[in-house]
Amino acid sequence: MNDIPTPDSIGLSREDLPNSYIGRSVPRPNVPKLVQGRATYTDDVVLPRMVHAAFLRSPHAHARIVSVDATAAMQVPGVVRVFTGQDLAKVCDPWVAVLAHLKGMKSAPQHPLPLDRATWQGEPIVAVVADSRAAAEDGVAALRVEFDPLPAQVDMETALAPGATVIHTELGDNLVFQRTAVQGDVDAAFAAAHKVVEATFVTGRHTGVTLEPRSIIADYNRADGTLTVHQSTQAPHMMQNVFAKQLRMEESQVRVICKDVGGSFGIKVHVYPDEVAVAAMSRILGRPVKFVADRFEAFASDIHARDHRIKGRIAVDADGKILGFDIDDLTGIGPYSVYPRTSAIEGNQVVNLCGGPYDFANYRCTTTVVLQNKVPTCQYRAVGHPIATAVTEGLVDLAAQAIGMDPIEMRRRNLVRDDAYPFTSPAGMKFEGLSHHASLKKLLEMVPVERIRADQAEARARGVHRGLGIAAFIELTNPSPFMYGIGGARISAQDGATVRMDPDGSVVVASGVTEQGQGTEAILAQIVAHGVGVPVGKVRVITGDTQATPYGGGTWACRGAGIGGEAALQSAIALKEQLLTVAGTMLQANPASLDIVLGEVVDKATGAQRISLSEIGRIVYFRGDTLPKDLPREFVQTRHFITKEYPFAFTNGIQACWVEVDVATGMVKVLEHWCVEDCGRVINPLLVDEQVRGGIVQGLGGALYEHCVYDDQGNLLTTTMADYLVPMAAEMPEIHVGHVETPTRESLLGAKGAGEAGTAGAPGALMNAINDALRPLGGIVTAQPFTPASILRALGTI
Amino acid sequence: MSARVDITLTVNGERVTRSVEARRHLIDFLRLDLGLTGSHAGCEHGVCGACTVRVDGEIVRGCLVLAASLDGAEVTTIEGLTDTGEVADLQDAFVARNAAQCGFCSPGMVMAAADILRHHPGASREEIREHLSGNYCRCTGYQAIVDAVEQTLKSRQEAAR
Repeated sequence: MNDIPTPDSIGLSREDLPNSYIGRSVPRPNVPKLVQGRATYTDDVVLPRMVHAAFLRSPHAHARIVSVDATAAMQVPGVVRVFTGQDLAKVCDPWVAVLAHLKGMKSAPQHPLPLDRATWQGEPIVAVVADSRAAAEDGVAALRVEFDPLPAQVDMETALAPGATVIHTELGDNLVFQRTAVQGDVDAAFAAAHKVVEATFVTGRHTGVTLEPRSIIADYNRADGTLTVHQSTQAPHMMQNVFAKQLRMEESQVRVICKDVGGSFGIKVHVYPDEVAVAAMSRILGRPVKFVADRFEAFASDIHARDHRIKGRIAVDADGKILGFDIDDLTGIGPYSVYPRTSAIEGNQVVNLCGGPYDFANYRCTTTVVLQNKVPTCQYRAVGHPIATAVTEGLVDLAAQAIGMDPIEMRRRNLVRDDAYPFTSPAGMKFEGLSHHASLKKLLEMVPVERIRADQAEARARGVHRGLGIAAFIELTNPSPFMYGIGGARISAQDGATVRMDPDGSVVVASGVTEQGQGTEAILAQIVAHGVGVPVGKVRVITGDTQATPYGGGTWACRGAGIGGEAALQSAIALKEQLLTVAGTMLQANPASLDIVLGEVVDKATGAQRISLSEIGRIVYFRGDTLPKDLPREFVQTRHFITKEYPFAFTNGIQACWVEVDVATGMVKVLEHWCVEDCGRVINPLLVDEQVRGGIVQGLGGALYEHCVYDDQGNLLTTTMADYLVPMAAEMPEIHVGHVETPTRESLLGAKGAGEAGTAGAPGALMNAINDALRPLGGIVTAQPFTPASILRALGTI
Repeated sequence: MSARVDITLTVNGERVTRSVEARRHLIDFLRLDLGLTGSHAGCEHGVCGACTVRVDGEIVRGCLVLAASLDGAEVTTIEGLTDTGEVADLQDAFVARNAAQCGFCSPGMVMAAADILRHHPGASREEIREHLSGNYCRCTGYQAIVDAVEQTLKSRQEAAR
């Protein structure tokens, strides 16, 4: 363990003192406003002279734009202006989403509105700006746009075949990226294996369905040449750079403000053409333009994810020792790689993560990333992890079955030992410290396996089919510049925090990481309260404003606590040292003999109160004349943090799922679910536990219900929440969460990410549970989502 | 573009008179015409529950009700419900249990949960889940929300004894 909780480690208060907040379940200070309807989401912001945008979206998967006639639209009451791709190209440059470290990657230039061709159904084509959203939609309805439909490349399996429609002819073909990782001698290992098992897995294309749709107000002020953007985003500084670059402005002329965000999950960390179009239209109009996606637009233009077909093989010896994995992944990403993170990362993660929890010698994994005429895909919660985990754990279960070994024993024999770290996986991932065996042990303390197996046998006798599934996983968090920066993307891996004390003794922290509901602001307040020595209620938090916070990457890839939290802790410690220096002078005491507890400077040895922070604030700010002239009195401290030793802080965990399958209807009922996860130091168990549960529900949703269904013409058939099903309270089980804590030694705080673990493991655990239920009936499912029809097909019923 | 209709109704205890487009949904009426931004538009198909408000004592979907049909109605939104203190204990339980993350669903969730408190004071955990299954939450695993409602029901039962 890192030595943060001990008194001598950083001169902090004793662990049992009241302002020791790290590791404590403190309620989030921003929840009251959420439950009282007093939050401020982007759509709640109203600016003077604001106009509203609506988009005509392509009704075709692939079509030439023949003509745009806006005559009638301009006659609609309230309509201000109509914009085409050509109009916006005058002020806005196109972007190309490739990363230099993904060798050979290619993609085509993308404009905010296309110049001559629509490449997916739902792509924004023409924008109408009006004095209300309703009037703008009336204007869209009055547009006359003629399309010439072109053949659509819908199926990723044929995207590289002879005769495929090449979506961007200048690229030569539909191949975006391909990478193979090889370790050991895979062919020899498989040839010599006791058993080789193979299966083809499908992960269904699904999407984030943030309850608050994407929202933006762009406000270009001609008087001072600034663009202020109110946006529902995870990465304000990244967006500041994007708007400046695309609109040919200086970064310093752009300010991005992000108030409350109604869910993100990776959906709101990408550059969307309609949002850039809004900024470009404001640049032209010189007044605020608002756009809030409606639910159809969300389904047809928010990034999709996880559209993969994976062929996998596993080789084992007679003792159940895993000899190797051989994986072939294919993914279709839509017509453009998404800027600036690119759409090759998900496939790349599959290559990085398959087999991740296990100790084995031979590995081969290829990902092939191709274009197609569907909604673009990109990073969505747990990027690639649910795919890699389902494939790995599906194969491990099949291998266990093939050699007649209990799946738990199979894992016990193959998980990387807890004393093996640092450890480099066959895929080349460096693990600082993981706890697979401790996590498995903890899981088995929580899951009553014997009772469950007895229940399963008893139910089986009644014709009721239940199953237990397990999935171990690793999760990549706290990314260094090796994730994006090294490839040329201006996405900060470093984050800063500024902590200051005001005259009343209250403390303000401004941080580059952002809040989207996970509790970033709550944990920042806890960390700063702990670090300075004040009651948590005395700390105010500022996030989500490029003009008011230190530069940083924002919150994604589970970096809020691990990166932003450490920067806040170091700033808080620096402020405390400064406060004690001043207090020491005032009290004629050695600063090292003093401590700060709940806003009072105390004698460290006796705990006796000496002076309050508010009194120090009063003297320093209003009676500085009474202090020595050379006394340093900066009650503002800023520190930055970036990981340096490891490219990523990997976490790990293991999940178990207990299901009942109705073999007559094919319905799956999740009865109970367990997760043990190791995110390093837990800052606030209350927040982590429910975030893990939310992640699990999101993973179960994608594996059971959620599916972006297309017809063979590339028409998206699931564009309302009546068609695209999400998990609701009644379908979801009680979820038990446990922790093992292996803090990272890269930081004093020791926190790694926690937000994606649930989503990473849940689909694999669910799949194994369903297959455990189906096993005596001879059925197996490997294609998500596991709909009733797919279960009945597996059983041969239909 | 549609005909306008004059309506007079009570919103959160205050008399309101407006001329609304016939096509105006209640949720847009509340948010755009009255500035009551606590209720949210989530799916506009009556599925997600983010726009849940109370009309004449019953919870409805603000996206499925036309404002023009509400002449003489009594509407309560999260702002009004909060001001009366009717669900202060429930809201406290949401805070204590961290039953909100991004909070976009929370006003609708609280409106739906208030309906349980009023009409089903003895609801079981399963019944709470069933009653809330018209309210989509993407962030939590629902468990914290169910816990908060269950805790509030329990506390009220104990207080009534």
